[in-house]
Amino acid sequence: MGREVVIMGAAETDIGKLPTTSTLELHLEGARRALADANLTKDQVDGIASVSVPGPIQVSHALGITPTYVDGTGVGGSSFLFHVRHATAAIKAGYADVVLITHGESGRSRVGAPPYPRANDSVMAQFEMPYGIVGPPTSFTVPARRFLHETDNTLEQLAEVAVAQRRWAARNPRATFRDEVTVDDVLGAKMIADPFTLLMCCLVTDGGGALVVASREFAEAHGSDKPLVHILGTGEAATTPLISQMEDMTRCKQFTLSSQAAFKESGTSTADIDHLMIYDAFAHVPLYGLEDMGFVGRGESGAFIADGHTSPGGRLPMNTNGGGMSYTHTGMYGMFAIQESVRQLRGEAAAQVDDVSTSLVLGNGGMFMSAATLILANQP
Amino acid sequence: MTQHSTRTATPEVSPEARFAPRATPETQPYWDATAAGRLDLPRCRPCDQVFFYPRSSCPQCGSTDLEWVTCSGKGLLHTYVVSHRPAPGFPVPTVIAVVELEEGPRMMTNLVDADPETLELDMPVEVRFEQRTGAAVPVFAPVPENAGKESA
Ligand SMILES: [Zn+2]
Repeated sequence: MGREVVIMGAAETDIGKLPTTSTLELHLEGARRALADANLTKDQVDGIASVSVPGPIQVSHALGITPTYVDGTGVGGSSFLFHVRHATAAIKAGYADVVLITHGESGRSRVGAPPYPRANDSVMAQFEMPYGIVGPPTSFTVPARRFLHETDNTLEQLAEVAVAQRRWAARNPRATFRDEVTVDDVLGAKMIADPFTLLMCCLVTDGGGALVVASREFAEAHGSDKPLVHILGTGEAATTPLISQMEDMTRCKQFTLSSQAAFKESGTSTADIDHLMIYDAFAHVPLYGLEDMGFVGRGESGAFIADGHTSPGGRLPMNTNGGGMSYTHTGMYGMFAIQESVRQLRGEAAAQVDDVSTSLVLGNGGMFMSAATLILANQP
Repeated sequence: MTQHSTRTATPEVSPEARFAPRATPETQPYWDATAAGRLDLPRCRPCDQVFFYPRSSCPQCGSTDLEWVTCSGKGLLHTYVVSHRPAPGFPVPTVIAVVELEEGPRMMTNLVDADPETLELDMPVEVRFEQRTGAAVPVFAPVPENAGKESA
């Protein structure tokens, strides 16, 4: 079966509003902190993975690394889960020993950040942008009304997603929003794209983070004394670049495909998962995730969250950092979802859950465009 | 009218100020048709599939044996949001919708000439064309109550 692969280092940068830090610098600071966490020097890294801007070549050059394994997969906020999957395969194949995966995004302050796309002849520009779409809040949200209609989940249950995650954020000093909220608070907040109010939408922040992925054998020989996080199974899938072209607007096919692959590879099922991270760019995404991965039946996700099962003390703690809606969201949040799973498995999370031995991370990319799943554990 | 981007309390609501798409060679027939008041889409001859968005092979069977067909312009309101975010040239609020065409494909669009409060999923809608700078963009409006009976 080849070598076992682990996450041996993980760290985030400062997060929030960082107007004096560039996009590149967020990558570099994340990388330095993750290497320090792993007790490695940059010269022990032979592989690099990062999204297309500023790109793996820029990041590794700035750090003084000459990688012999390079991954520039850029498929949205799920990219970092793809990077972990690809790094796992590369390490098993012997193409790399130590892969550094970096994220940095000046999502709020836009320092050294790329301009938003201006092309007017891309497929998206021709067939979606002419309709008053101004970023994800007005397009990622479009399927939700159909989802509620067909699944009988309710608007109040949609709001409960934000309520549950704020309970976790209230326990996390690094979270941006920490005051608990009620369903009435969520439904009464400023309307963004009806039925979505401001509190059902993710934050826009600056921040970064990095992971060091290596063979277990390398990590045990060279790493710090931090607990190793074992990568048990992974999956990835991509469907449509246009949200209007989802095969079924009430199901996210790549959530199902990527999680099935990860469950199969790891030999686990939903019942084995102690802790869950589902990329929550908007409040409906965790509902799709719970249903499409099979944690609950069709139409049961809203009640599951409203009944407190994903909240502190619940049987399936989810988005325990507060998530993209309350903790932080730089634009490509996937890195932060992985970081929280690592912290929970190491026992060092701000809102630590008891007895977490297996954690699943589901990353969404773009607007229901791509997804990847990681199943992680504190034992091989 | 000014080319300067000035911040005003009430931005101008005008179709000409809205985002204007530009065709590629492959999509030119689609935009030529909308300019002539038709909604044309590619149909795959071998499998009879009409598909959106226009492209050079059939997403179902892979064939490049395609022809352009004119759609009826009728469809059903599949899903929507009522956007309160300001977009250049658009009124606030604006209904951003996905319509399922009678021929099968779904497409992003705006629902116009409708009170957002009266919308219902699966209500019948029909195409209209909104003139932008250099392109006519297909949008949809509810079918009047009695119009459906006449054509049924
Ligand atoms: Zn065909």
